[in-house]
Amino acid sequence: MKETIRIGCGAGFSGDRIEPALVLVEKGSIDFLVLECLAERTIALAQKRKLQDPATGYDPLLERRIELLIEPLKKNKVRLITNMGAANPLMAMEKILAIAKRKNISIKVAAVTGDDVLDRINQDDNSLETGEAIRKAGIVVSANAYLGIEGILEALSSDADVIITGRVADPSLFLAPMIDSFQWPTDNYDLLGKATVLGHLMECAGQVTGGYYADPGKKEVRNMANLGHPILEVSSDGSGIITKVDGTGGEVTLGTAKEQLLYEVVNPFEYYTPDVIADFTTVFLTKAGDNKVLVTGGGGKEKPGTLKVSIGYQAGYLGEGEITYAGSNAVERAKLAGEIVYERLRDRFEELRVDLIGLNSVHGSAFHHTDPYEVRLRIAGKAADYSLAAQVGEEIEALYTNGPGGGGGARKYVHEMIGIVSTLIDRKRVKPLVTVKSI
Amino acid sequence: MKLYEIAHSRAGDKGNTLTLSLIPYNEEAYQRLCEKVSAEKVKKHLSEFVKGDVIRYELPNISSLLFVCEQALSTGVTTSWVMDAHGKTLSYALLELEI
Repeated sequence: MKETIRIGCGAGFSGDRIEPALVLVEKGSIDFLVLECLAERTIALAQKRKLQDPATGYDPLLERRIELLIEPLKKNKVRLITNMGAANPLMAMEKILAIAKRKNISIKVAAVTGDDVLDRINQDDNSLETGEAIRKAGIVVSANAYLGIEGILEALSSDADVIITGRVADPSLFLAPMIDSFQWPTDNYDLLGKATVLGHLMECAGQVTGGYYADPGKKEVRNMANLGHPILEVSSDGSGIITKVDGTGGEVTLGTAKEQLLYEVVNPFEYYTPDVIADFTTVFLTKAGDNKVLVTGGGGKEKPGTLKVSIGYQAGYLGEGEITYAGSNAVERAKLAGEIVYERLRDRFEELRVDLIGLNSVHGSAFHHTDPYEVRLRIAGKAADYSLAAQVGEEIEALYTNGPGGGGGARKYVHEMIGIVSTLIDRKRVKPLVTVKSI
Repeated sequence: MKLYEIAHSRAGDKGNTLTLSLIPYNEEAYQRLCEKVSAEKVKKHLSEFVKGDVIRYELPNISSLLFVCEQALSTGVTTSWVMDAHGKTLSYALLELEI
């Protein structure tokens, strides 16, 4: 049995950069590569694509990432674990096999399904967020349970080179290879808690290696353009070192690790996953060399009896328009433009949001600052149908000839909104299924 | 003095809940942050966004504080109509707090 394994994380969200994963595979001496590409809303959008075309529904960047990585993965004997299956892991598996075949590479792929529980949720149940019946939120388009380690463990024991899943809790993507490599009992919650801390530190990729961190003059980070993604060197006792490939940009420091450890944590005493309820409050971080942070401590208690289900529903459309004013009295002209558009639209919209970008658009008026030289008016409104939402942008554009002087750079947008609510499901009602194919 | 002078922060989102870490550059400043930056003070400072409770967690092992702010993201990232639907920029709003 191995004493340590090395896991790289080459993507922390669906749209993440593609190249850092290749550096990890070729120069990272890693055993496993994880690509975490699924946010709450991503799977609902994927489900909608799949409804329109059953051959889709997996991650839109799947082909580009696999084309680049499949040969180096094979050559360097690195196994890939990814949730890029999104709403359609089986079709994603076929795509990966087809790419391998074209490149004359023999591989084994395992797809983990079973997260889709749309047929098992009761829409009369209350959602965790609103306390009201799920059906009241809107027309439901997807319901996916957060699976844990079980399916991935079965896939690993099949010796698959590539494991592709749908909705799986992010830390489980890292936990499973540790359990498989170290033969940890899956009810050793202390170890699973420690490993979940490590998975949480890794799951946003560049966010622990100096990405989303730099602040010139305060937090200087070198060579950001060539930011390296992280490597976890984990030991069989559940401690680990976070590091990165020498020569890549960014940094792994106590500062980057602390920011990532607390990122999106709503209760550090009880961090719920399908595998364990982890305790983050007992974690210690220690500098262990250049770009090396040692993570020790952490723990956990027995996994919950229920799984969280993320439910996507149609939430209408958001219409937006923007236009810029500059020079003397810019703020007053932008305000006047906002009042004009508001007056023209108020009969058609219950509410409109008016922002002055550069003055109050993200931090409101809470912290006073002097007027900027240039300011961008933004108006947003929600509507049940596309054409009404579009009228917001149309009225902004019409300010060119029907508004105050000097407006420029008008843009208009309409976004379809997929809302998300959650519920819980008895874990006995969710069965992970593993399908293995070789070529 | 602004918190920005002595600490850094990262914002996170879970549904309509905003999380804000507060991490001193010098670990010796941790105790001072515990004394000066209460949950009540943060709730008042961010009252334009945070409509629910603010809970403060102390993490002495890593000399950091975590503020969990409920009903803070205009219904949450998927249905919000504000510019910064994740509330990602709000880490720097916290750092505007004067102590």
